[in-house]
Amino acid sequence: MAIDQARYRSRRRLNAFTMALCWAATALGLTALLIILSTLLLKGVGGLGLNVFTQMTPPPGSDGGLLNPIIGSLIMTTIGVAIGAPIGILAGTYLAEYGRYSPLSSVVRFVNDILLSAPSIIIGLFVYTIMVAPMGHFSGIAGAVSLAVLVIPIVVRTTEDMLTLVPTPLREAASALGMPRSLVIRRVAFKAARAGMITGILLAVARVTGETAPLLFTALNSQFFSTNLNAPMASLPTVIFQFALSPYAEWQKLAWVGALLITAAVLTLSVTARTLGGKRGKS
Amino acid sequence: MTEVSTAQRIEMGASAVAPDVRISINNLDFYYGTTRALKTINLPLYANMVTSFIGPSGCGKSTLLRVLNRMYDLYPNQRAEGEVLLDGENILAPGLDLNLLRARVGMVFQKPTPFPMSIYDNIAFGVGLYEKLNRSEMDQRVEQSLTRAALWKEVKDKLTASGLSLSGGQQQRLCIARTVAVKPEVILFDEPCSALDPISTARIEELIDELKADYTIAIVTHNMQQASRVSDATAFMYLGELMEFGKTKDMFTKPQNPKTQDYITGRFG
Amino acid sequence: MSSASSSRSVMTDIGARQRVLKGLRFGDQVFAAVCKAAAVSVLVILGGVFVSLIGGAWPAFHKFGLAFFVTEAWNPVTDQFGAIAPIFGTLVTSAIAMLIAVPVGVGIAVFLTELCPLVLRRPLGVAIELLAGIPSIIYGIWGLFFFAPFLQQYVQPVLIGTFANVPVLSTLFAGPPYGIGILTSALVLAIMVLPFVTAISRDVFESVPPVLKEAAYGLGCTRWEVVRNVVIPFTRVGVIGGCMLGLGRALGETMAVTFVIGNAHRISGSLLAPGTTISATIANEFTEAVGDMHTSSLLAIGLILFLISFIVLAFARLMLMQLDKKAGA
Repeated sequence: MAIDQARYRSRRRLNAFTMALCWAATALGLTALLIILSTLLLKGVGGLGLNVFTQMTPPPGSDGGLLNPIIGSLIMTTIGVAIGAPIGILAGTYLAEYGRYSPLSSVVRFVNDILLSAPSIIIGLFVYTIMVAPMGHFSGIAGAVSLAVLVIPIVVRTTEDMLTLVPTPLREAASALGMPRSLVIRRVAFKAARAGMITGILLAVARVTGETAPLLFTALNSQFFSTNLNAPMASLPTVIFQFALSPYAEWQKLAWVGALLITAAVLTLSVTARTLGGKRGKS
Repeated sequence: MTEVSTAQRIEMGASAVAPDVRISINNLDFYYGTTRALKTINLPLYANMVTSFIGPSGCGKSTLLRVLNRMYDLYPNQRAEGEVLLDGENILAPGLDLNLLRARVGMVFQKPTPFPMSIYDNIAFGVGLYEKLNRSEMDQRVEQSLTRAALWKEVKDKLTASGLSLSGGQQQRLCIARTVAVKPEVILFDEPCSALDPISTARIEELIDELKADYTIAIVTHNMQQASRVSDATAFMYLGELMEFGKTKDMFTKPQNPKTQDYITGRFG
Repeated sequence: MSSASSSRSVMTDIGARQRVLKGLRFGDQVFAAVCKAAAVSVLVILGGVFVSLIGGAWPAFHKFGLAFFVTEAWNPVTDQFGAIAPIFGTLVTSAIAMLIAVPVGVGIAVFLTELCPLVLRRPLGVAIELLAGIPSIIYGIWGLFFFAPFLQQYVQPVLIGTFANVPVLSTLFAGPPYGIGILTSALVLAIMVLPFVTAISRDVFESVPPVLKEAAYGLGCTRWEVVRNVVIPFTRVGVIGGCMLGLGRALGETMAVTFVIGNAHRISGSLLAPGTTISATIANEFTEAVGDMHTSSLLAIGLILFLISFIVLAFARLMLMQLDKKAGA
């Protein structure tokens, strides 16, 4: 059989060209991301010192630290996850265990997927209208609730996914011992899916750690150290937002430090989550 | 037509062996949605005997087993019609407490299904559901059950190890121990050896033989030799129907139904 | 006989077991009910978002009517508000971002699944997934302090100069080079959604059964031909769904944009001019809104944003669901 050499050559040329484009795309994407991370490191590490963790945010023009926003972020994230994770786990349990085939589940699954990628600023507006407006003032608890609303869909999704992976015979075996449904779920299915469910919660924490938009209208910000949930509360992202857009060099510097801290926290959480999830995947 | 002849043969089987009927299946139909998977099954299971269900894949033998502890109730769109009497009580009756039923009718599955917890807890867990035992009573029960399942010697020094750390054959014996520990009256085996090597299989078969002194046993198997080795009575099923039922010895030497003959001689399946 | 003795002991067991179960049954039902309530709460949240936004937006819609959607004015002093500038900004920045991110992201995904040496495949894949999780405020602050000055100094003057005499392009790239503006926002958005588009495309590419690809290679196909004729047709729905998810992100993205958009409530023909998006407007003005009409107008554009992204995300999910069905079948 004669091979049409010209045709073959043009095919190979096209292949070489498109594959070169893919290489180029990868190079471009990686370069952009590398530049971002290195800028972050360069600008952030310089300002990193003990004072960042021991001092309050300063007034314009003077030095200070990020203690109050760090504490604020920790408090609101903790409460947000404490509210959101149980609701998410229970809802995910309903989808995977009780209502796997019910029409209600299809609707909830669909709506949850939408909430999962809905603009977080909208969630901020929502919590503003249901909490901040009626209460008459911004508050840390409203910030925590808005984070909880962001946590729920993530945890629902991972919980359902992980429970779906639990082999059916395991559930049947537990039922076959005469175990009531709720015990089968809580004592056997949860136990088998535990690593994956924790991964989901860690991912949710990672996601809300960097969330800024919903906090702008709920917890607002505060120059002072405060653990009062009924008052405005500082958080790292909102402080970064405020300081970065300010004209003061000291504030801008702190904004970079804050950005570095958040990125480090998020990456650590994601890596931990991944390692946990990965271990499970292999076994 | 087949129904009548089957019923007749059941009578024959019944008169030939000890007539202590533990479970009596009467006119049982089973549906997956609109698909009829079991067609008018009539069958007794005798106390202290092993009854095996054989037949080609999809013939309904596992389905029948899952009716006996109503495992199918976990799923929507599956339903059984007819009557299954356990000690005279219809277990298909609505309002029956399923958990109680399943505690009376234990089940061992095709693949070993140890719970993700320690060997000790795998057994103590099911027991603790129904009985409040103190530590030493529970220890005793765990030892008893593991001994009963011929596993005690192998695991007595690592009771806190995960159930998943055992070999496949050991895991399956752990599952048997777990089932025995809650003191059921009937034990259902759903192809318990299909995931095991020949040595483990032989141990499980031995175990089943010992267990029948205390329990009513039903076993689904693909392996004809296994059916002939472990069971006293055999039911051959085909396309959702019970084709033939009788003493295992009779069935494998002189099957009445030509389909049974074809199957056990390996002409299909 | 042993059976008689065992059945007697079982009989006594049953009474005790029944009592235990009665105790457990209540807890069983409570747990089931709580799970169902939690599932329903997901619906309640979505409903709550809709209701609260509609309620808050009502005064603005009532006062301005349909004109709200086509008016450019946004003046808190005279209480005149119109949504067209932020809507325009949102759509244009997202569109440009997707124009860049989709081909590059899909290209990277092809690289990762077809070209990349095996040793690098996993680390690169993980790196991309990690980058997808970096908070958007990081992209924003980088855009403000690094990328915008860079564009202002090196790129925008070149664009303005090169296209000064080309008809359409001269308007698109009309000076002066501010650094910040629509184009800069779009580029930052593109970089931000890039890992996202890449991660999803890679996942769907990997869902192609190896046999299919091997069969095509077996016919003598080049890599490109396999990608073009096997991988992409097989995963088209998934890639589109993934891109629309990315679009949903871009539309609602706040922090990456707010820093670099310039916050100007006007529509300009030039991509280099400052503009605004819905989310940037809300982020900048909401807490300082003076007067109820201002707040209501901000909630109104929030509602518009939610509706747009709801539609986009719903489409995305429906498409991804189709792919799941195909993979499941």
